[in-house]
Amino acid sequence: MTFEKFVFYLFAAILVYAATMVITRRNPVHSALFLVLAFFASAGIWLLAEAEFLAIVLILVYVGAVMVLFLFVVMMLDIDLATLRAGFINYMPVGALMALVMAIEIFLVVGPGNFGLDKMPAPAARPASYNNTEDLGSVLYTIYMYQFEVAAVILLVGIIAAIGLTMRKRPETKYQNPSLQVRVKKADRLRVIKMDAED
Amino acid sequence: MIALSDYLILGAILFSLSVTGIFLNRKNVIILLMCVELMLLAVNINFIAFSHFLGDNAGQVFVFFILTVAAAEAAIGLAILVVLFRNTRTINVEDLDSLKG
Repeated sequence: MTFEKFVFYLFAAILVYAATMVITRRNPVHSALFLVLAFFASAGIWLLAEAEFLAIVLILVYVGAVMVLFLFVVMMLDIDLATLRAGFINYMPVGALMALVMAIEIFLVVGPGNFGLDKMPAPAARPASYNNTEDLGSVLYTIYMYQFEVAAVILLVGIIAAIGLTMRKRPETKYQNPSLQVRVKKADRLRVIKMDAED
Repeated sequence: MIALSDYLILGAILFSLSVTGIFLNRKNVIILLMCVELMLLAVNINFIAFSHFLGDNAGQVFVFFILTVAAAEAAIGLAILVVLFRNTRTINVEDLDSLKG
């Protein structure tokens, strides 16, 4: 077994272990932390497949942003774990059976018989001067320019939707309106009255 | 050398595990969202493996877009979850029957 293969199986084992823990842990915080481990392991596997840019992006975007958001929400919500866990054991057999059937079916399609090394030979290693980021960037900003802009719009929609959903106006809160404050006239505030002098 | 089938089988195992997760945790919306993230990860592994073995970087560009959409999905999903919890004080899927579906 070569070193490359050893590293692949190590990361694959960590990934499968972490995924199993994600779906079986009682505490959602533990699930989120194991999901972080799963992302790290798959970033290692992506590095083995020479997708260096995406491996780094996976760690930066997922571990750095998305999972922190998940942890934040999990810790913020005060959830009742007992009712959420009810029926966990009851669903176990049918879920496991279904997963097993699905895995076997996919294995029959993509197994070594169809996509083994003799059918799909491993590509030659890239030269040391190959730059994955530059390679991706050169197609992302030319051929896939339109899709790239659509992705930017999707992110914008995500921002607006998230803010719009979670923003709320409390009726008891008092606001200042600077526009009205600036536009106020002397006549609105000051009333000059004529009256006789009092003695 | 690592064969393409190794990557694909890893993706299949990961996908099956996340389907099991959806079955097991069908009351907890947070874990359901995490399982969806795991599914997307499994699909991404397949894309990267094919991109590597076919020598075509279109697969990696596709993974890039999937990551973008998944990030937006997670943000909006968690925002909906927070609003839901604020209004109903629960994230149990079985309690969410106000639409009478």
